[in-house]
Amino acid sequence: MVAQNIAFGVIAAIMIGSALRVVTTPNIVHAALYLVLVLAGAAAQFLLLAAEFVAVTQVLVYIGAIVVLFLFGIMLTKREMGSEDELDNDQKLLAGVVAFGLLGVLGGTLWDTWRDAEFGAITPQTTAQVSDSIFGPYLIAFEVISVLLLAALIGAIVVARRD
Amino acid sequence: MLLNQFLLLAAVLFCIGVYGVLARRNGVAVLMSVELILNAVNINLVAFGAWHGDVAGAVFALFVIAVAAAEVGVGLAIVLLLYRNRQSIDIDDVDLMKG
Amino acid sequence: MSDTWLLENVWIIPTIPFVSFWLILFFGKRLPGRGHEIGIASVVAAFVLACMVGVAWIGHVDDAAAGHGEPATEEHGTEPAADDHGLGTGELSAAVDTGDTAAADDHGTEVAAELAAEEEHAAEGEHAGVEPISRRVVWLQSDGVEINAGTMVDGLTAVMLFVVTFISLLVHVFSTDYVHGDRRYTHYFAFLSLFTASMLLFVMSDNTLQMLVGWELVGVCSFALIGHWWEEKPNSDAALKAFLTNRVGDMGLIIGVSILFIEAGTFDVVRINQMAIAGELNHLVLLVSACSLIGAVMSKSGQFFLHTWLPDAMAGPTPVSALIHAATMVVAGIFMVARLYGVFWHGLSIGTSSINLLALVGGTTTLVGGSLAFVQKDIKKVLAYSTVSQLGYMVMALGVGAWTAAIFHLFTHAFFKACLFLGAGSLSHACHHSFNMVDDMGGLRKRMPITHATFAIGTLALAGIPIFAGFWSKDEILAGAMQNGDGGYPIMLVMGLMTAFMTAAYMGRAYFYAFLGEYRGGHDDAHGHADAHDAHAAPAHDVHDEHDAHAGEPHESGPRIVVPLMILAFLSVVAGFANLPGDLGFATVPEDLAHRFQHYVEPTGSYFPAVSHADFDLGLAIGSSLLAISGLVVAYLFFVRNLGPHGISQRNAVFGFGRRVLENKYYLDWLYTDVIAGGTKGPIARAAYWFNQNVIDGVVNGVGVGAKRFGVVVYEQIDQKVVDGAVNGSGAGASGTGEILRHIQTGRVQQYGALFFIATAFLAGVFVVII
Repeated sequence: MVAQNIAFGVIAAIMIGSALRVVTTPNIVHAALYLVLVLAGAAAQFLLLAAEFVAVTQVLVYIGAIVVLFLFGIMLTKREMGSEDELDNDQKLLAGVVAFGLLGVLGGTLWDTWRDAEFGAITPQTTAQVSDSIFGPYLIAFEVISVLLLAALIGAIVVARRD
Repeated sequence: MLLNQFLLLAAVLFCIGVYGVLARRNGVAVLMSVELILNAVNINLVAFGAWHGDVAGAVFALFVIAVAAAEVGVGLAIVLLLYRNRQSIDIDDVDLMKG
Repeated sequence: MSDTWLLENVWIIPTIPFVSFWLILFFGKRLPGRGHEIGIASVVAAFVLACMVGVAWIGHVDDAAAGHGEPATEEHGTEPAADDHGLGTGELSAAVDTGDTAAADDHGTEVAAELAAEEEHAAEGEHAGVEPISRRVVWLQSDGVEINAGTMVDGLTAVMLFVVTFISLLVHVFSTDYVHGDRRYTHYFAFLSLFTASMLLFVMSDNTLQMLVGWELVGVCSFALIGHWWEEKPNSDAALKAFLTNRVGDMGLIIGVSILFIEAGTFDVVRINQMAIAGELNHLVLLVSACSLIGAVMSKSGQFFLHTWLPDAMAGPTPVSALIHAATMVVAGIFMVARLYGVFWHGLSIGTSSINLLALVGGTTTLVGGSLAFVQKDIKKVLAYSTVSQLGYMVMALGVGAWTAAIFHLFTHAFFKACLFLGAGSLSHACHHSFNMVDDMGGLRKRMPITHATFAIGTLALAGIPIFAGFWSKDEILAGAMQNGDGGYPIMLVMGLMTAFMTAAYMGRAYFYAFLGEYRGGHDDAHGHADAHDAHAAPAHDVHDEHDAHAGEPHESGPRIVVPLMILAFLSVVAGFANLPGDLGFATVPEDLAHRFQHYVEPTGSYFPAVSHADFDLGLAIGSSLLAISGLVVAYLFFVRNLGPHGISQRNAVFGFGRRVLENKYYLDWLYTDVIAGGTKGPIARAAYWFNQNVIDGVVNGVGVGAKRFGVVVYEQIDQKVVDGAVNGSGAGASGTGEILRHIQTGRVQQYGALFFIATAFLAGVFVVII
């Protein structure tokens, strides 16, 4: 348990630090790389929670696909590589206030509600269980998601292609 | 381990994401912040799934990942289109709704 | 079992054009014919298979009649063979239904229910029915809800397969000449294929969900084909209008299907019908779902008051109009009612009432469509409104319980309406791509003899002149309206007879304008005749790209156009003989020839309500024929001989008003676009603008101005030396407040987002504190 707590603390610290850099760094490419750290940290947290399949999917889809997509997006929309200081707009202060207010409400509520909730032994969720669940009770949701992906695919092509 | 540590981590990530969405002017950076928000949700889902010993949390986390993929695809397409039309992905420039 | 093998595997038929769609899309442009050869080959194959299905079904019905004594045992005996065959083809978990028995074990309840229904029938002493041959594969299963993909074949499906593939084939052939050289020739044929495939999928669905899929696919294809020349704004508008109007009705279909699913617990068409007939479903639920489904019929089959898209949809290429808007797609609604007839029969109490919503909608539509057809200049629009009117006839027939008559009319109408549409296409092909029969046609009888002859036959068939196909089916509907239900449907009978007269008259008008008199075309501004009185109308001409302009005199079209016309004209004459009445009043038709259509098409199984069959009424037949003939005569006298009160609409206020109402299509488009859409859009925008201008700006400015005035007052009242700084400060503060408030109006999404998050956090905090 102690080892897990230490692991959680280290990973959480890395995640929060990287997340802050994602939203503050003046270099968009660095932001993408920090995002990788956050996503990998999340995958590690999933492993701590014994959700192995989600962790693997997180790595494959997020880091493998989505971040690469981001990098493509950056390259296609940037005139020269390197840092530029116009990544932020002029309402940083407002945004900070909003974020802190939100954190106060969320954190306070969560802390109050789940103060004593301590994990016992976490039973691992196997891939087989996940798949039984997806192709069982959540089949229709799964089908809907697949249609959504298809629609997004077509939509992205339609929006982005040059006529 | 406490359930709360995961939930609070998710809350912190969520709020950082919200800050990014509100304070970034670069379109791609805004999308990245949205990813932070979605990841916070995922951590919540998986944490509660483990807490209840129910696999549904993991299943919905997977659905969220799929939706995030769709969101990034369409979002980046829109950013590309924006760039092509305006030579800039500065969201402040897009103020056609200005009153 | 080889004779039912095809009936179990009808899924092959829609698969062929579906594959052809992709082949044309990917390889069409590289072929010498730019894709039409794949399309035609696929439709030929589908047509041959559809014919074989028809023959196999007839054989199946005859077999069932031969084994009349113990049909259940016989079907039991044949079942294992069918099962072997089905599984032998490599289908996983395919459950093959033969006859009245579900073969798969997990359909236990279904088997029991079907057997129970069968016993019930036997107890009533009726002859054992022929159940549809269905076959289903479990598509997905989720918590007890099983969604199947399946096919079912009965007489109705067989007829629809034949009609769809046949008309589609002729339209394909016609199109090779008609849209020759078009800029999206390949695309056009690809969508024809997809359209055919969707319609075939729709008509062989064994469950309502699959019907929904086919229904929507058909809508999408019609959207693509109506908007084929989308560069012209009216065309893409028409396509959008068709699509959006159909969406309105689709909601009805989704709601109806959902209600039925919730009540019956299944999507299976046969099962739903059986339960409705056995009285297992709540009457009110049936009524509500039937009404929702009528909404779907109103949009798809162009029933009053959602018919407005259909005439506009004439903006598509003419062969498409023939395929979609005469023979196949718009009959989807009719088919749906016919397929779920148990629901309608019991939901609307068709068998025991003398008026119901379905009959009323149909009857109204038939009158509205018929009257609107009179004021059209565009020959295609005349035909479009005539389609609306005839579809109303079919819906009315279903509403009065004349099921067979409705399907029979669908069958005959497909031939003569396709004939007329293709004939109109041939005319415009010759007349500089104009459809304006008043200004650009006339005197074409000699110049285009084949088109003339076929168009004349189509006109006679549509008008319901005896011997021609339309007569038999129309007469059956009228007889049904007279005799079915609780003492007949008198209102529907009157509506039907009025329409019979109007149909003959407006078709006579169209015919006389186009073919008699002098040729009025040939002037240069042939392309400038968009209907001036109708801002929403599609232009009255088709637009072609590389097409030669056909300078000079109109001449007969080529063989690929006239041969389909001749085939259709021939069928317009003889199709009516498929369902001769048994007793003509003055002569008796041999039993082997009478009611053939009814015998083979009308379901006799437990999933079909016990409809009554109206007898042929000689008096009614003579009466309706006289009405039709007098309609033609009146049209002749009025439009050719110039007798009668010409120009009365200019002289007489009442007639003028009537004409204006008709020319404005009963003001429905005005109602939809200006009153409903404009009425909701405008005021909201104006209210928002007013709020923006007066309230928000007012507050902002008021705060600033008020504070400044206050400052000035303070400045003047109190010695400025003391409070000078304070006054300036408050003024600046007020301006600052105004500036901050003004920021709300920046149009920057992120500021709106910030406000949104603030509000959310605040509200969440409030809830947390309160609760």
